[in-house]
Amino acid sequence: MAFAGPEGEVRALERIDLDVADGEFVCLLGPSGCGKSTLLNAVAGFVRPTAGRVLAGDREVQGPGPDRAMVFQEYALFPWMTVAENVAFGLEAKGLARPEIRRTVSEWLEKLHLGGFGDRFPKDLSGGMRQRVAIARVLAIAPPILLMDEPFGALDALTRRNLQDELLRVWSGSGRTVLFVTHGIEESVYLADRVVVMTHRPGAVKEVVPVALPRPRDPSAQDFNALKRRLSELVMEEQARHELDELGVAGRGAA
Amino acid sequence: MARPGRLLWSLVVPVAVVAGWEVACRAGIFSPLVLPSPLQVLRRWGAYASPLSPFDPSRESYLAWLASGELWQDALGSLYRVSVGFAIGAALAIPLGLVMGASGLAHAVLNPFLQVLRPIPPIAFIPLAILWFGLGNPPAIFLIALGAFFPVLVNTVAGVRNVDAIYLRAARNLGASDLTVFLRVILPAATPYILAGVRIGIGIAFIVVIVAEMTAVNRGLGYRILEAREYFWSDKIIAGMVTIGLLGLAIDWLVGRLNARLLRWHRGVEG
Repeated sequence: MAFAGPEGEVRALERIDLDVADGEFVCLLGPSGCGKSTLLNAVAGFVRPTAGRVLAGDREVQGPGPDRAMVFQEYALFPWMTVAENVAFGLEAKGLARPEIRRTVSEWLEKLHLGGFGDRFPKDLSGGMRQRVAIARVLAIAPPILLMDEPFGALDALTRRNLQDELLRVWSGSGRTVLFVTHGIEESVYLADRVVVMTHRPGAVKEVVPVALPRPRDPSAQDFNALKRRLSELVMEEQARHELDELGVAGRGAA
Repeated sequence: MARPGRLLWSLVVPVAVVAGWEVACRAGIFSPLVLPSPLQVLRRWGAYASPLSPFDPSRESYLAWLASGELWQDALGSLYRVSVGFAIGAALAIPLGLVMGASGLAHAVLNPFLQVLRPIPPIAFIPLAILWFGLGNPPAIFLIALGAFFPVLVNTVAGVRNVDAIYLRAARNLGASDLTVFLRVILPAATPYILAGVRIGIGIAFIVVIVAEMTAVNRGLGYRILEAREYFWSDKIIAGMVTIGLLGLAIDWLVGRLNARLLRWHRGVEG
């Protein structure tokens, strides 16, 4: 897959041949700069690949749409809208009737423990609460595919675990497919059905590691740690290869 | 709000300046014709604000009589010209700025022309304004509208162009149409910029109204202080200047309140 960049075509990704099943939770894991966010943006339809294609269901992705809703690392809440208005935004775009919007909004605010915060503005909330609002805003429109771009990357460890549990709670049994980008090894083992390890730029699939542990998972269990070790070896290997590459480039540049 | 201690400190300099001024005048350092004492200015200000004729209930209401003083008539006239002129300027600048910010083509077509006009101070249009509109309110309103137009336009364009792309992505991602994105994302995201332009535009409108009244209108605060000079009424000149300052302060305070109200979602704006 290639993308048109400001300086001509950039081969951000290659040899990505990834099938994600309905209702599956897949983590894209890789060092920063491996193109995992680019892949997610291609699925969301924010960027168009100049080579290769993305299929959602059996339709080719042509642009952004509410069937592939995204949760951003920076939350991307509309600061001029209250919490409730943010959650209602996608429902209004869908053209739902007022009473139904109101009901759905309060339902999702309750589910994400935001009841009583509907009238607040995002600036009044903590990072963890803002991300809850962003998740509620996306889940309210019931997207079959949920895209998450390092959504808990900016949160402290405790809040992150808390939100991971919330996410699993609202996802389990919902039948929604989740594509979750992270550079957290433990996070990927804690959440995913399958972890896709990516190579350094141009990003490609290095290895797909299934996580067959029952939920809720115990991060201190032996098999959990065995998976963590294995994934960390894979990621370190990529990191080392990348650093060697950089040295090689620098060496050539100096010569 | 500032604490009472702070308020007291902030009064030190103005009180000292006025007291020093009064003392200097009483000591006879300045001729009262050149620099009248503050008390003399205050007395003149009182006369300027007072009704010219005694109260006559058969002719007018008490309130209308109170406001019949020259000062209030002048201030109301200036305020009227500023309001109408600014409203016209902003009503043209905001839609045009939104279009120019959102459409690269509109920007490419209009920007070069507007950039040539922009550096011409509105005051330089006075001769043309009088030629086109004669004397009185029309040329003044034209000049004020022109003065307010550019800051509002430039800020509106910048506001639309600086909308964080992540909001646009989020809105499209949630299924919003072009119209919804424009009305509910681009417009509110650009509001802080637009309001900053409004504040600057009103400031310029206020400068232009005084100059316009000195040249093209035979009424208003600007005209009055020029007229006072003809009679060597320096106390009335200063009284008029103080009135202009207070009026400007009041307008800016009101605009500040409006900003705080409209931007209560914004970080760093007090509610």
